[in-house]
Amino acid sequence: METLEIRRTAAGRAPGTKGHAITGVVASGNLEVLLERVLSDTQCEVTVKTSVEGFGDVWRAVIDDFVERHSPGGLRISINDGGARPDTVSLRLAQGVRLMEVDG
Amino acid sequence: MPEWRRQQIERESRLEAGRRFSDGKVFAAKDTTALLEAVIRPGDRVCLEGDNQKQADHLATALAGADGSRLHDLHIVQSGLVLSAHLDLFTKGIASKLDFSYSGPQGAAIARALYAGRIQLGAIHTYIELFARYFVDLTPQIALIAAVSGDREGNLYTGPNTEDTPTIVEATHFKSGIVIAQVNKLADRVPRVDIPGDRIDFVVEAPTPFYVEPLFTRDPAQITDTQILMAMLAIKGIYAEYGIQRLNHGIGYGTAAIELLLPTFGESLGLKGKVATHWALNPHPTLIPAIESGWVKQIHCFGSEVGMDDYIRARPDVYFTGADGSLRSNRAFCQTAGLYACDLFIGSTLQIDLAANSSTVTPERIPGFGGAPNMGSDAHGRRHPSNAWLKAGREATEAHPGMVRGRKLVVQLLETFGDKMVPAFVEELASVEFARRMKLELVPVMIYGDDVTHIVTEEGIANLLLCRTAEEREQAIRGVAGFTSVGRARDRKMVESLRSRGVIRRPEDLDIDPLDANRHLLAARSIKDLVKWSGGLYRPPGKFRNW
Repeated sequence: METLEIRRTAAGRAPGTKGHAITGVVASGNLEVLLERVLSDTQCEVTVKTSVEGFGDVWRAVIDDFVERHSPGGLRISINDGGARPDTVSLRLAQGVRLMEVDG
Repeated sequence: MPEWRRQQIERESRLEAGRRFSDGKVFAAKDTTALLEAVIRPGDRVCLEGDNQKQADHLATALAGADGSRLHDLHIVQSGLVLSAHLDLFTKGIASKLDFSYSGPQGAAIARALYAGRIQLGAIHTYIELFARYFVDLTPQIALIAAVSGDREGNLYTGPNTEDTPTIVEATHFKSGIVIAQVNKLADRVPRVDIPGDRIDFVVEAPTPFYVEPLFTRDPAQITDTQILMAMLAIKGIYAEYGIQRLNHGIGYGTAAIELLLPTFGESLGLKGKVATHWALNPHPTLIPAIESGWVKQIHCFGSEVGMDDYIRARPDVYFTGADGSLRSNRAFCQTAGLYACDLFIGSTLQIDLAANSSTVTPERIPGFGGAPNMGSDAHGRRHPSNAWLKAGREATEAHPGMVRGRKLVVQLLETFGDKMVPAFVEELASVEFARRMKLELVPVMIYGDDVTHIVTEEGIANLLLCRTAEEREQAIRGVAGFTSVGRARDRKMVESLRSRGVIRRPEDLDIDPLDANRHLLAARSIKDLVKWSGGLYRPPGKFRNW
């Protein structure tokens, strides 16, 4: 088990008003993402708990790309990873930001 | 006096030797090896029918059981080398030379036999390329083929898997060769004549029906959200954009996802009747929902698929069927259709390099080519226009619009990482190392980069037609290579500029909502759903039944 803390500055506040959202499942090759709107408008913090060690560089690259493309300001994001590939991580993060935006 | 009939005289003497074991054309299964030893001569070119689906397995096993002092140095010229008996021919020294197309499950065994020097490799071909050589410089002296049933005159019924049989028989019989057929059943009358009896020299009823494998069935339950996202990109960013009506799909979960998204996502885009109407395709079970929803006008098939026979029989407006009602497939014609009459090929690969060359060959495994290079290449002999073909041609050049030739759309659909986090994007294809080790003159390449028009990954679409320099192509490829080391080494500024020109399009550039990239978007989420869509006509083989 490895835990990574990644802090980034986003260009702006994540769209929508929802306080929190959760997507994905903890399963082999998958991951669970919890998003909470608890930080100031440009802050973004990501905590990754992963079962696969030694991929810190890839995680940071995935998060950098996510912050650049989706501008998730104000969000604290907690990830429980079951060994997902980077494409799955990117997709779940993008889905998470959209869930914070939509109603219901 | 020159002798002009040597081959016919030779043929007569072989037939005479074989007739010692036969009653007319028919011989008993127990005499198969003896008959083969009598008819075949050392050094012969032999085609042991090994198609994608249908295998002359009884004849293969009998040939592998031949006396190596009588039969040796055979030159095997066949499209599929997929049975262990095929490899036994080489380990036992009965065969020494090989020209083939596809090896699939025997890919690793062929690699080992090559390194051990047991196989002299001629070339790895594409299907129609090997068929073409059957008529020029690789004409078989002996063809050992398979059919569902046959009569005592040699008339054969191939059933839905006609595949390569007509081509093999044409080349062998009309050049004074010998054709021997194994049939599942010897009958008084065959349901339809796929091969006329005067082209067949000997027939044997095999002890067990020939082996057929379900190669084109992909269980919808295995399709991932990432593959659904890629399928959405392909449909919206390519099928809709170019108005693709005539197409071929390679086999894989990505293309299965596209097939299952046509009646849902495709429908919501208003594309029904405008795209994906005419196909060169095996009977993919995952296309059933699109067919049942009225998307598909017609499909010509290379071969059949296990479990699809009753469904095809009930849909003759869609499929090509014979007087007996069952599918008539033909690999040579369907490959030609894919090459000349389709505007798009989309398929996946194991590895792709910075020039978009792709390969599935590694030093450990040589699965061969099959048909993808024919589908996945621009046909320079094509002379008929279509909107899709012309649009692609216009994008590829700044030449005068009055003199633009079209382009086939050749799309590589691949996830940036394959199984076990192995990157699909590489600096150098593993097949380059294989060619070095084997001292091959030609590096095995599945699809050459200059034929590839688009690469679709979960990161977006790279349109290589719009690239004007080698550097732009490289950055466009890196730009969709995600978090592989190739992707992370991208020039970010250049990639952004390519994106502003529409060379790279991200899901958000196409208004694709990642929340939709979800299994609920699949028209069928399991094999059982496919059975329901087919009204119970699709009968999946046991290994796909989990209910």
